[in-house]
Amino acid sequence: MTIAATELNWDEDDQLYVLRLYVAGTSPNSVRAVSNIKRICKNHLKDNYDLEIVDVYQQLEKAGEDQLIALPLLVKKAPGQVRRLVGDMSDEEKVLKGLGVY
Amino acid sequence: MSKKETKNNIQHRVLEKTPTGISGLDEITGGGLPKGRPTLVCGGAGCGKTLLSTEFIVKGAAEFNEPGVFMAFEETADELATNVASLGFDLQKLQKENRLRIDHVQIERNQIEETGAYDLEGLFIRLNYAIDSIGAKRVVLDTIENLFAGLTNIAILRAELRRLFHWLKEKGVTAIITAESGDGKLTRHGLEEYVSDCVILLDHRIIDQVSTRRMRIVKYRGSIHGTNEYPFLIDENGLSVLPVTSLNLEKNASSERIPTGIKALDGMLGGKGFYKGSSILVSGTAGTGKTSIAAHFANQACNDGRRCLYFAFEESPRQIIRNMKSIGMQFGRHIDGGLLKFYASRPTLYGLEMHLVTIHKLIREFKPEVVVLDPITNLITVGVLSDVKSMLIRLIDFLQNEGITVMFTALALNTVVGDQTDEGISSLVDTWLLVRDIESNGERNRGLYIIKSRGMKHSNQVREFVITDNGLDLVDVYLGPQGILTGSAREAQQITERTGVALHDYEVDAKDREIGRRRKVLEAKVLSLQSEFESAEEELNKIYLQEELKKQVSEKARQEMLRLRRGERGEEPTVEPKKKSNE
Repeated sequence: MTIAATELNWDEDDQLYVLRLYVAGTSPNSVRAVSNIKRICKNHLKDNYDLEIVDVYQQLEKAGEDQLIALPLLVKKAPGQVRRLVGDMSDEEKVLKGLGVY
Repeated sequence: MSKKETKNNIQHRVLEKTPTGISGLDEITGGGLPKGRPTLVCGGAGCGKTLLSTEFIVKGAAEFNEPGVFMAFEETADELATNVASLGFDLQKLQKENRLRIDHVQIERNQIEETGAYDLEGLFIRLNYAIDSIGAKRVVLDTIENLFAGLTNIAILRAELRRLFHWLKEKGVTAIITAESGDGKLTRHGLEEYVSDCVILLDHRIIDQVSTRRMRIVKYRGSIHGTNEYPFLIDENGLSVLPVTSLNLEKNASSERIPTGIKALDGMLGGKGFYKGSSILVSGTAGTGKTSIAAHFANQACNDGRRCLYFAFEESPRQIIRNMKSIGMQFGRHIDGGLLKFYASRPTLYGLEMHLVTIHKLIREFKPEVVVLDPITNLITVGVLSDVKSMLIRLIDFLQNEGITVMFTALALNTVVGDQTDEGISSLVDTWLLVRDIESNGERNRGLYIIKSRGMKHSNQVREFVITDNGLDLVDVYLGPQGILTGSAREAQQITERTGVALHDYEVDAKDREIGRRRKVLEAKVLSLQSEFESAEEELNKIYLQEELKKQVSEKARQEMLRLRRGERGEEPTVEPKKKSNE
């Protein structure tokens, strides 16, 4: 299996992080997840990201689309492979690893 | 008032049930699964969990007008549709009609990074959305344990599953949750802790290389249910469970008779044949004509317009049809007429329970009045004796409840009558015919007798049983001074007897003729004697007349003489002397 270099974006520094965070209303986990991810993005991704926060309750039809099971769920659509991170994003190290920042 | 209230309360408390539509399952659960509650279906790999739950959903949508949601954790919607299409379920159509929603839940651990506390709200939302969009009454989660493969935080999962089952109950949907059993437990992750209303265990066992599927209701809170292990079958029509009814002896007894197809045998059974709805065992050693007897019975039933189902465990239907043609039976006609149906299978094809389920199913479908099982002995090859016996007990029980007359044939391996128990079912059957070899004078002949026949006067005679071009017949065995004679010895004896009779007749004839001749001779003698007597009599009469005449003449002469002596003159004195001289 060969993966094209462009797809992986190894050498580009200014790669754009496309992120989507699914939360369930204002549950404690959701609130924590939103604040955690915002902080992480600000600290580590500078302005190089596009974060969309989706309240599943508001957009039910999107629930099937992204195979929602556990919430909160952060889907990293780009760069590189799609990664899915569940939880309230309190484990910063794991979040960064999941995003491929390290 | 208070009385009324309590009455109402009691009515409310009775558990409502949701019929599954799976044949047999509703019977053993007393109406179906608990309505509005989750049911756990567990079992090993390949034991039919997914099929059972699919059938529950599809039957609900198609037959009971209860839309359903199928949440598949293992298969995609397309895979699922393909898998059950062979069973005649059209999932696509049901989905289009909004009576079914399939939601495929995909979890892959390598794509997921856990970064802190989470819950399964996403699953709840999806499920809720699916249920509300079609107004579902039934839900299947197959197999929810896959969550444990995708997510690692067991504590969260357990808490969330508990919440899920509780939520399902609140939602008021009848749910089936499937789970894999393992480690000696019902489910690998202990889901039975959460689903406490109804637990069904499926099992797929291999004994002696023969597989049998079984089902057991481990628990069913608030309801009476069958506790046995029930065999079940998966075939082209889906799943069917065989309800092994408790062996109650409350069946109806018909006094209607059903002819055996062999006139002389009817005669041995009080002149009318078997009772309708009874069970008949025909046993005998190899080649004694058991199948022929069974075929006659089937043939007669069809001739009388009764439907007959013939289970052949030894020969193929074509073989039976050909063989029976040789003794004058036209089975092809009955098959075309829809009265006769053959079902042939090798006993080793599957386990006893499976045979039983198949037999049940076919009987339910064909609704025969007469069933023939030929032979039951071969079933021994797939089970131990006690299993075969229990299977046959259940079969006889079922057939008698349905009022079906059944004939079994059995191969007896030993020829000592006293020892024969024939799979131990002889005590269960109502009528037992035994066909035996009678060996003498260097030939083998068949003898038939009735060992028992409940509730009727029956013959105690051994009959010789002959197979002719026109079918079977029974002949009285010859009981002569040399003992019992059969076969050619009997024929010879009969010929001798016939010869004796002819000779005797001839002798009697000869004597009769002799008597006739004697009579003629004697009669002739009588005639001649009579004529002799007549001539003698005539002679005597003649002398007598002459004497009389002489007397008269001499008297006259004397008178004349007297007159003359007195000197009187007669009127004609000259005449008299003339007369005298003339004499």
